[in-house]
Amino acid sequence: MPLATHGAIDCDLHPVLPGCRTLLPFLDDHWRAEIEGRGIDRLDLALWPRNAPITARADWRPAGGLAGGDVVQLGEQVLDPLGLELGILNPLFGAPCLHNADLAAALCRAANDWVAREWLDRDGRLRAGMLVPVENAELAADEIERRAADRRFVQVLLPGSAETLLGRRVNWPIFAAAERHDLPVALQLASATRFAPTTNGWPTYLIEDHVNFALTFQAQVLSMIAEGVFTRHPRLKLVLCGAGIGWVPSFLWRATKEWRALRREIPWVDRDPADIFRDHVRITCQPLDVPDAPDDLALLIEMIGTDAMLLFATDWPHWRFDGLDALPPGLPEGQRRAMLRDSALATYSRLGELVA
Amino acid sequence: MTTSVSPAAALRAEGPAHDQLGIVDCDIHPAMRGMEELDRFLSPRWRKHRQEYGIRLRQPFAGGDPYPKSQPALARRDAWPPGGGPPGSDLDFMRAQHLDFHGIALGMLQPLSVRGMDERVPGFAEALSAAVNEWQREAWTSGDPRLKATICVPGEDAPAAVREMERWAGQPDFVQVALVTRALEPLGRSRYWPIFEAAEHLGLPLGLHSLGTSGHAITGGGWPSFYYEEHQAVALSLSALIASFIFEGVLERFPRLKIVIIEGGFGWVPALGWRMDSHARALASEVPHLRRRPSEYLRHSFWYTTQPVDEPEEPGHMRRTIDWIGWDRLLFASDYPHWDSDDPRHVFKCRMSAAERRAIFAGNARAVYGLPG
Repeated sequence: MPLATHGAIDCDLHPVLPGCRTLLPFLDDHWRAEIEGRGIDRLDLALWPRNAPITARADWRPAGGLAGGDVVQLGEQVLDPLGLELGILNPLFGAPCLHNADLAAALCRAANDWVAREWLDRDGRLRAGMLVPVENAELAADEIERRAADRRFVQVLLPGSAETLLGRRVNWPIFAAAERHDLPVALQLASATRFAPTTNGWPTYLIEDHVNFALTFQAQVLSMIAEGVFTRHPRLKLVLCGAGIGWVPSFLWRATKEWRALRREIPWVDRDPADIFRDHVRITCQPLDVPDAPDDLALLIEMIGTDAMLLFATDWPHWRFDGLDALPPGLPEGQRRAMLRDSALATYSRLGELVA
Repeated sequence: MTTSVSPAAALRAEGPAHDQLGIVDCDIHPAMRGMEELDRFLSPRWRKHRQEYGIRLRQPFAGGDPYPKSQPALARRDAWPPGGGPPGSDLDFMRAQHLDFHGIALGMLQPLSVRGMDERVPGFAEALSAAVNEWQREAWTSGDPRLKATICVPGEDAPAAVREMERWAGQPDFVQVALVTRALEPLGRSRYWPIFEAAEHLGLPLGLHSLGTSGHAITGGGWPSFYYEEHQAVALSLSALIASFIFEGVLERFPRLKIVIIEGGFGWVPALGWRMDSHARALASEVPHLRRRPSEYLRHSFWYTTQPVDEPEEPGHMRRTIDWIGWDRLLFASDYPHWDSDDPRHVFKCRMSAAERRAIFAGNARAVYGLPG
């Protein structure tokens, strides 16, 4: 009997870039000289230390080399054993978090070229999100325009915490370009740390940063709703990678209640924010962050009020589950089918083109 | 199985204005007519400082709010006392409009307008905290035995905070310790532990009302534009606050410490437990000082006031949410006289047994604060 994941679409895979020196073949003379002359190499994100147990599952760490570091590992560890039809690569590379937007733009562009050459060209099951220099919306939109022609790039990746809350108007050129090319915007569990991770200041432990990042995702969603991003861009989809779903019901209750009281302040939000959320926001399923009792997962989804929100993901090579146990227990059959394939196809129109 | 009472039936049984539960309201905001009300409790040095410099916070305005609220003084339109002064400043009017009207048996005071712990000058922070405590006794608790004060402390200076706690600890009208929730560091950090040690020793719960200008952006993603967002960021801040207490090991060191989380609602609490637990497996090696699942500390050491209450469309969703948190964990609060205050008659739209209502409206609070009813 085939695994339930057979034919599924994995919406959150993380190819690991060894360092900036890997990108030298994709950079022009100026930036090559900058990278080499200034000794710029590792730009790993602080939220994902290479040796932390969460960053790569123990049995997915090769004896030599880099966990998550090549396309062969991905095939052997996830795509083949789970029988996946398609997978979306979302590199967690720190370039967008640099302060120098020109350097960030050059490295994002090179990293996207590297993903195309070293991953997409080598496994036809793969698609990718594109990195963009989020701190400069014009340069980010330029990269979207340039990259959009390669239909294997299916979304725009943004760090979950950047220079401003993402709904702010300074970021709107990114959303306009994304919508123009039918590209969802995906927020990653990545921070440029322009701000303390919480308004209470800097927590001590990595586990706090990961737990609290669910809050940052919520602030971003609320920002994009409140600023009117989805009013302006009705076809735009927002994908949260690694946010979990436990918080969604109370977030929706609160967003609706407060909007009823305070909508005068944000008159362009002309319908219930919970409906905006259900129409526009998608969340990958690892981690899920739900109660132990399997029946409660179905109840949570009932509370959320849509079967279309969940997107299947393994979060490879991060340690979220063991063995081939990628599916959350307790998901009713209809919702499981939606999560494994249909919701991804509905979210990413570019996947459908290529699947057919 | 106890008899279930619908909200409408509860209203009929209780009459239009009086709730027979003997409600304990865990969040009432007394206000000053002006800062000069504190002057008589300040030394000449700090009185002069107050008059010349005032309170200085980590925010852009000397007076006013970077997120203007939805209503003047943050208040219900009908809460302005007929005799003048801002909402919450007139005890007689508070009695008539709130305490007597709703049959409030006990009311926990949360003075917000002066925040000793938030003040940037350390000596002034200490003087202000002491003055606010004196003011609560003179203007409020001595005037109505139903009102219970909160010990305000200059929490950034732990020894001074402990001194202030010890000053009031024996007084039955002072029932908890207040720290701002957005402090200089997350409150679980060790610089605050002497306060927790004293609180545990003195048997005083921490009553942590969402408050404070840490200077850090109001969310982990930066500063929002709108009050609509800032108001919802309160729950985010409190969630991170609890995580700090848990992961720093505060509850391992002080297992008898009780922490009441005030004015954040509670719908978000289950998700915090689930996310902490789901991450505690892969990241356990970082926090070996935790001997239990993170959610167990949540279940053991934290309580939540109900306001602003979550409002799911389906009453059953509210009941399940409370199941996840624990029916012994919620303490009714009105937030009187603020604009988004909850009316005890209408706050819960789901059915509750008589025992469940008694617990949330009175019994849980009496147990936490050690106030037999």
